[in-house]
Amino acid sequence: MSSWFKRMAIAAAATVAFTGMAAAQVVYNRGNDADPETLDPHKTSTTYESHILRDMLEGLMIYDAAGKVIPGVAEKHEISDDGVTYRFTLRQNAKWSNGDPVKASDFVFSLRRIMDPATGAKYANILYPIKNAEKINKSQGSKPEDLGVKAVDDRTLEITLERPTPYFLELLTHQTGLPVHQASVQRHNADFVKPGNYVSNGAYVLKEFVPNSQIRLEKNTNFHDAQNVKIDAVVFQPQKDLAATARRFEAGELHSTSDFPADQTKSLRQRLGDQVHTSPRLGLYYISLNTTKENLKDPRVRQALSMVIDRELIAEQVWGGTMLPAYSIVPPGIGNYKEPATADFKTMSPIEREDKAKELLKQAGYGPGKPLKVQLRYNSSDNNKNTVVQVADDWKRIGVETAFINTDAKTHFAVLRDTNDYEAARAGWIGDYSDPQNFLFLLESDNKGFNYAKYNNPAFDALMKKAADEKNLDKRADILKEAEAMLMKDMPYIPVLFYGNNNLVSNKLQGWVDNVTGAHPTRFMSIKQ
Amino acid sequence: MWFYRSARDSVLPFILRRFLSAVPTLFLIVTISFFLIRVAPGGPFDLEQPLEAKVMENLMRIYNLDRPLIEQYGLYLWHLAQGDFGPSFYFRDFTIGELFMQGLPVSITLGALALLVAVLVGGTLGTIAAFRQNSAIDYLVTGFAAMGLTIPNFVVAPVFQIVFGLMLAMLPIGGWNDGAVRNIILPVIVLALPQIAVVARMIRASMIEALRSNHIRTLRSLGLPTSTVVSHALRGASLPVVSYLGPAAAALLTGSVVVETIFALPGIGRYFVEGALNRDYTLVMGTVVLVAVFVMFFNLLVDILYALIDPRVRYE
Repeated sequence: MSSWFKRMAIAAAATVAFTGMAAAQVVYNRGNDADPETLDPHKTSTTYESHILRDMLEGLMIYDAAGKVIPGVAEKHEISDDGVTYRFTLRQNAKWSNGDPVKASDFVFSLRRIMDPATGAKYANILYPIKNAEKINKSQGSKPEDLGVKAVDDRTLEITLERPTPYFLELLTHQTGLPVHQASVQRHNADFVKPGNYVSNGAYVLKEFVPNSQIRLEKNTNFHDAQNVKIDAVVFQPQKDLAATARRFEAGELHSTSDFPADQTKSLRQRLGDQVHTSPRLGLYYISLNTTKENLKDPRVRQALSMVIDRELIAEQVWGGTMLPAYSIVPPGIGNYKEPATADFKTMSPIEREDKAKELLKQAGYGPGKPLKVQLRYNSSDNNKNTVVQVADDWKRIGVETAFINTDAKTHFAVLRDTNDYEAARAGWIGDYSDPQNFLFLLESDNKGFNYAKYNNPAFDALMKKAADEKNLDKRADILKEAEAMLMKDMPYIPVLFYGNNNLVSNKLQGWVDNVTGAHPTRFMSIKQ
Repeated sequence: MWFYRSARDSVLPFILRRFLSAVPTLFLIVTISFFLIRVAPGGPFDLEQPLEAKVMENLMRIYNLDRPLIEQYGLYLWHLAQGDFGPSFYFRDFTIGELFMQGLPVSITLGALALLVAVLVGGTLGTIAAFRQNSAIDYLVTGFAAMGLTIPNFVVAPVFQIVFGLMLAMLPIGGWNDGAVRNIILPVIVLALPQIAVVARMIRASMIEALRSNHIRTLRSLGLPTSTVVSHALRGASLPVVSYLGPAAAALLTGSVVVETIFALPGIGRYFVEGALNRDYTLVMGTVVLVAVFVMFFNLLVDILYALIDPRVRYE
């Protein structure tokens, strides 16, 4: 046989074998909000990146199908009595996709790497509760080696915290706490994220990344729970056009989507029935009021502006019921908390609210002769526009004149954060972990990046500090609620809506459980053919 | 015969001259867009979430953004001259070159097919309409052309998806699928429709004029077959279409934001808009350079074709 003929024969045989294999493969076509900026977990910051990384890498703790925190690589953990030291025991059978065992030293390497300022990690601050983390990340005299993370032996990892942090285990489920494979990071540098180079320890390995098209992950046969992973390949597809994505779902080209067009909710429900999923999520859609501006520095004015907004109408009419009306900063259903402190006007009728708001404005010196003028900024999107128009409509009823400024998102947030050059603006916050602190800290006076309202209340700051030092979870919750009540009086942020998780989920896809975290690990799902 | 006669002494220097004059044009385009994009507020690493100062500093240093703007400009030109478009600030696992290598074949495939369909279908329709001026067919063609021009592609594309993808379930709604024929039919048609309309209208108008000219009237009076008449008339009638198709080809081959977004295709059309929104400076610059090169190349091609078709045109 000539070598050419031999090669052709082998190629043909391989093709047949491959297509045979491909036909038997169970593939999950999964819509995702966008392409990741990178697949280096330590450099990511968004939820759409977390969906992919969660399938590829396994942290010490993980989310199960219902968004509950369960053991991941760490099969068990012990917490010291003072709540500061965590000792994790790693699974004996935890392996990387190349067969290497997952060792405690991998986590030491990874956590030091994300804190090292040279890495340029965007979201390292999530893990600041770890001892010395903040000092290392901000180059305040500590080196990565000073981090409170220690490998006692190959299977024992000890993490020391700055202070007791009741949500620390959940923090470890975040993408910032995921491990990377030391040897391949050192061998390939930035290229360790390329298909072929990427060594991962989760249920799947990276096979292909075509921007604007797809990211293909295939089952990791070395994964410790591989025998229970039923889906052979996940194909993440960025959904740039939501309406087109909904059509693709309807045609069966996608098994699930991470969003759908809110204005089509009703017709989608008619056509797709219970495949349309909406559930509460830990996220707040709010209007920030710049408390340093002359027209907005009076709390009575801010209270009046908040009171008169018809949240139910906005949630139903603008967002098609995919968002919920918000009367507090902290969303209901959050961990380590009780009922959030709601604004006291929640129980008032619309007419009462309108009268009260007019009265408050009058007390503050505004009225028909001297109308309150507010400039409202928003970042362009149809639903944002419809929302702020409705808000301005409500404000008009109490004689407030609103002017709009809209820009693209980059400009919008740059203005809110870096300048004092705005009066009122729409913004949003999605919680990174299920704890009220993750919402209330936005308004701490030294939170330069997020405190768009430039809210400065020493009493509020003192309560937040007191809560941080409180070890008793019950008492801590009470203190945080007191702090939230303070915000609802001062109203630097007007809570408007709570975000919902909006998904289209095929009836063929089994094991999808709606939950507040929005986490849906593929390894717990299966596809009915 | 004329082409071969003149090739040696005029075409090559002509092309060379045009290439040389393209360099300063490109330089101007690069310079203006480099500074324009920097005027926009916000930078590539600005998120809703602000970065630690030190982290930002490191990122800026890694991407040379901490240097004076004029130095960055010099660096960019230096790398560009070596064919290096630099790293992407948003797609941090890719260089601009890698993004183009993956996306350009997709856009070129779609654009070239759309162009081909536009010329064949539009040309045929226009010619038929011209021969049957003021007949039912003529009205049908001109009516269709008006529709093709006025209905925007962001309306046509979803309607096609609903009709052919959902109701008839004949074709996939989106996705590239390694360029499978089934996947590219709808996007190619959507891309081609407005071009078919333009080409049909132009060919119809210039054909009507050509059919009235003396040399065609002579041909017809001699009783020559229609095919001969058409081929002679088309030669003159195609001139305005050729000059239209140059820029149109450049636009089609560099991708369409709308079509790529709606059909979820990995072309480069989306990079223009996304690059600007993400403040991905290098990606914006890369697409600007790419589009500029395509436009200049096709304008040159049109000029050469012009002389090929019309011997009266000289390379000057």
